[in-house]
Amino acid sequence: MAEISEHDAKVNAPPGPLASFWHSFIENKGALGGLIVITAIFVVAILADILAPHSPIEQFRDFRLVPPVWVDGGLWRFPLGTDDIGRDILSRLLYGARLSLAIGVIVVTVSLSVGVLLGLIAGFFGGMIDIAVMRLMDIMLSLPSLLLAIVVVAILGPGLVNAMLAVSVVVLPHYARLTRAAVLTELGKDYVVASRVAGAGSLRLMFDTILPNCMAPLIVQATLGFSTAILDAAALGFLGLGAQPPTPEWGTMLASAREFVQSAWWVVTLPGLSILVTVLAFNLLGDGLRDALDPKLKR
Amino acid sequence: MLRFVVSRAAMVIPTFLGVTFLSFFLIRLVPGDPIEVRVGERGIAPERLALLRHEMGLDQPLWHQFYAYIVQILHGNLGLSIVTQTPVLHEFATLFPATLELSVCAILIAIVLGLPAGVIAAVRRGSLFDHSVMGVSLAGYSMPIFWWALLLILLFSVNLGWTPVSGRIDAIYDVDPVTGLMLIDSLWSDDPGAFRSAVRHLILPALVLGTIPLAVIARMTRSAMLEVLGEDYIRTARAKGLSSFRVVGLHALRNALIPVVTVIGLQVGTLLGGAILTETIFSWPGIGKWLIESINRRDYPVLQGGVLLVATLVMLVNLAVDLLYGALNPRIRHGR
Amino acid sequence: MMIGLRGAALGVAIATLCAAPAIAKTLVYCSEGSPENFGPQVNTTGTSFDASMPIYSRLVEFVRGKTETTPGLAESWTVSDDGLIYTFKLRHGVKWQTTAAFKPTRDFNADDVIFTFERQWKSDNPFHNISGAAYDYFNDMGMPTLLKSIDKVDDYTVKVVLTRPESPFIADLAMPFGSILSAEYAAQLLKAGAADRIDQDPVGTGPFQLVKYEKDAIVRYKTFADYYGGKQTIDGLVFVITPDASVRYAKLKAGECQVMPYPNPADLAAMKQDAAIDLPHQEGLNIGYLSMNVTKKPFDDKRVRQAINYAIDRKTIVDAVFQGSGTVAKNPIPPIMWSYNNQVTDYPYDPAKAKELLAAAGYPNGFETDLWAMPVQRPYNPNARRMAEMMQADLAKVGITAKIVSYEWGEYRKRMQAGEHQMALFGWTGDNGDPDNFLHVLLGCDAARVGGNNVSKWCDKAFDDLVVKAEQISDQAERAKLYEQAQVIFKEEAPWVTIAHSIVYEPIRKEVTNYKIIPLGLHIFEGVGLK
Repeated sequence: MAEISEHDAKVNAPPGPLASFWHSFIENKGALGGLIVITAIFVVAILADILAPHSPIEQFRDFRLVPPVWVDGGLWRFPLGTDDIGRDILSRLLYGARLSLAIGVIVVTVSLSVGVLLGLIAGFFGGMIDIAVMRLMDIMLSLPSLLLAIVVVAILGPGLVNAMLAVSVVVLPHYARLTRAAVLTELGKDYVVASRVAGAGSLRLMFDTILPNCMAPLIVQATLGFSTAILDAAALGFLGLGAQPPTPEWGTMLASAREFVQSAWWVVTLPGLSILVTVLAFNLLGDGLRDALDPKLKR
Repeated sequence: MLRFVVSRAAMVIPTFLGVTFLSFFLIRLVPGDPIEVRVGERGIAPERLALLRHEMGLDQPLWHQFYAYIVQILHGNLGLSIVTQTPVLHEFATLFPATLELSVCAILIAIVLGLPAGVIAAVRRGSLFDHSVMGVSLAGYSMPIFWWALLLILLFSVNLGWTPVSGRIDAIYDVDPVTGLMLIDSLWSDDPGAFRSAVRHLILPALVLGTIPLAVIARMTRSAMLEVLGEDYIRTARAKGLSSFRVVGLHALRNALIPVVTVIGLQVGTLLGGAILTETIFSWPGIGKWLIESINRRDYPVLQGGVLLVATLVMLVNLAVDLLYGALNPRIRHGR
Repeated sequence: MMIGLRGAALGVAIATLCAAPAIAKTLVYCSEGSPENFGPQVNTTGTSFDASMPIYSRLVEFVRGKTETTPGLAESWTVSDDGLIYTFKLRHGVKWQTTAAFKPTRDFNADDVIFTFERQWKSDNPFHNISGAAYDYFNDMGMPTLLKSIDKVDDYTVKVVLTRPESPFIADLAMPFGSILSAEYAAQLLKAGAADRIDQDPVGTGPFQLVKYEKDAIVRYKTFADYYGGKQTIDGLVFVITPDASVRYAKLKAGECQVMPYPNPADLAAMKQDAAIDLPHQEGLNIGYLSMNVTKKPFDDKRVRQAINYAIDRKTIVDAVFQGSGTVAKNPIPPIMWSYNNQVTDYPYDPAKAKELLAAAGYPNGFETDLWAMPVQRPYNPNARRMAEMMQADLAKVGITAKIVSYEWGEYRKRMQAGEHQMALFGWTGDNGDPDNFLHVLLGCDAARVGGNNVSKWCDKAFDDLVVKAEQISDQAERAKLYEQAQVIFKEEAPWVTIAHSIVYEPIRKEVTNYKIIPLGLHIFEGVGLK
């Protein structure tokens, strides 16, 4: 809701929208940095099989809790050390990148598409449909999201897929609300009225005219949603309800390593740092996209 | 305006019913029941299980139980906790002030730091300050708060010894819970040490819980301000020679506040979610921890009653936000 | 600094708590969770027992730190020759605590004993249905069928008649459910229509009395001056509820509490180094094991069960999962329990021998099976999932493919007791310190029924005869001999892989004196001092 404001008529930038977008995007160093980090994470995720020195679940039982190589007692064989049953942390982090990206992509895709659809329908058609959809969203929003996610996981049983499902469910109302509010604001605008007068059909109006004009806030929300997805899934993992061991998901690694917070810092800090960096990169990217997409902020 | 208020307030009723329904049935979908969960390894003879289920009314058809529950609610009674056998409402009233205190302090920290930071960042767009604010708030937003909490405890409590590790006040202070808000109760007791102790206990959990709202508010304020500052009327105001302070403070901020208020409202739910983790880590005796434990113990009355109370609270806040939104933005209320 | 201010300004009640000596001598215990209430009969968790036990006394008490019993409110007792009639002589001059709600007019007597047991036993007792009480332990220990009658002979004599001889009966009375309630207080509550307060505002004869419970935050006790065992040297006892183990440790380090239970295994090394902290430890009264369902193929074959015993590298597994807070188990009872047979020879880790046995049993290439792991942390197994992963790897080396399975905890137990598993991780924590509570309850033939606690469904006539006989005689030395033989049979037949007994560590600050680890897993502060 926040991002919407009075867009005037569509701005048609002279050099072509894509080029102009790219131009303003690469000007933003943070966004570029985010993009580079994300690309790197994607590459790592894809090449995990090649890059990882060991299997993420192989247990080197004679090498438990080996510290990272730069600390006394560290070994080159395990550059980032090992966990409590002797699994190589670097390998687990590399494979974990895969899972975290998958969580982000799936949760955002599912919640965004369902949420936007609901929001469009509610905002555009109004009346009973609007009331029914928005009441349901209100009910879901009135429960703390983590609590709702925990209840959903408690019902479905703990696990990565169920955790993703639970997170998708709880973040969905945000998209629905945002979209609906944006639609309501746009509906009153001249260009929509003009399209209507020109005889545009409902569907066309909805997807062709209004949706593109609500895209900017949605894209920002979706990139933020990426972080929410990874963080919420990690929180569920932390409470023992997310991905189950030995799955090298970062949140779960963090959870099962929680007891080492005072004795083996690398087991705790490294997965947390990975989450932080990944989510930060997505947020930087989202920020850059937002600035680049919003024509009014261009110089 | 009155029509808007009434119609918006009326919308709370179906939501309330929906939450009552949802909380009752969702919880019963969770496998296991309170007796099974309690008995542990030793198990329980089927006859005794049947007897206990009968005594608790768990052998009734679900619709009967739901009907009985609704009748109970209409009498203002949320039932007794299965585990402690004390009224759910009483437990909520005992624990809620702790969560309220924590959340209010968290959101205050977020607003006091986030709002000015966002405004200044927007006004000085592109400056070092802007970049720092955006960087820090992004990092805050990206933070797994349970991990953040552990790191803060490690630094401030374990290594530096500046703040206590957990709880609301030192065990040596025996403060009577008059309001349940430790800051006020400890101030009331004529011991200055008690208040200091309460503040020191509150600061880390409030900071942890306030981290995400702080980041969100700073971001939102900045982007909303940037949009508003780009509007024609602001440019006009500036062109008319109004002072920069007046423009920013009066015209721009007022309009930029609309989305920010909404976001703060939306943060209430997030805050209570964060409270679950924060309370667990800092042993903060609030409702977040209470609800999680009730799921683990399948304490149906606590969970359905607690969820209902929490949801009602969030609904009321949302209602207030919407009304405020309507008051700030005339187009919304006339649009209906 | 605030002491002078406070003591002068505040009323007597608060002053007694917070006045100068109280602050100097208040023992703070960082407890791991919130008590359900303060009724030891209705409590179901160790956490709740810890909070309610200090308030009460029992007819018989465990010697602190041991599994042997000693007279408590009952000064002495006699048992009839047939083992059916117990006559208890009660202690004279035992005072009840005075609280805001109750002023006692008489000392402890036989009426209190009768009331305590009738509340749990007789459904027509007005307090039977208070607090939604299920009296889990009273029922679990078989009291409703074991008791025939409890009668008051005179004010200081109580006669209990049993329906069958059962030697663990005395030990049962020392369990929390044997805590004696005040019949006078109960009558007063009933008259006032406040019967449900009995488990919220407790009145006992124990060393400490409850002052205040702030839910999920703090439990405050003060010393009961007229305690029959003598006034405690500390003036106050405070439980600060701190569920997270890392946080408990940090508070202990900071001196915010003096005793903490359940440390993280990972922190033990640092605790040992810490000059301000003592780290007493003791084997827990528990056993973690891998159950093999003997009613299912291929585990009906003793050679297969033995092969599994040879195939699993328990030492490494216990080291990794317990991080030094567990020891490899060879018997189904822990070494701190009397009758533990140290002569039993364990199966060493020997994959070659395992393969040999499997081949002999007709499985030269191994087989496929399931391996259940519980979803929760238990004292005898802090991480079942991880343990299962490691066993899976070991079993793969002898050709056995094990699939890890888990269910919601209540469901898990139910399915195991129904005998649905092939191999499953499970365990047991002792209730009363009696070997019968392990050997008969977990491995006897009548527990092998569907729904019974013998989850391996293993019924061995020779073994069963021994443990049933041992239950009925009261001479401990003689019982011990029978149990020692039973352990030999158990090892040979191998219905379980005995995995581990936990080692209980309880970090305490150096200024704490005379603290003892309680084998039954409770935390008891009677007799504990502060320097």
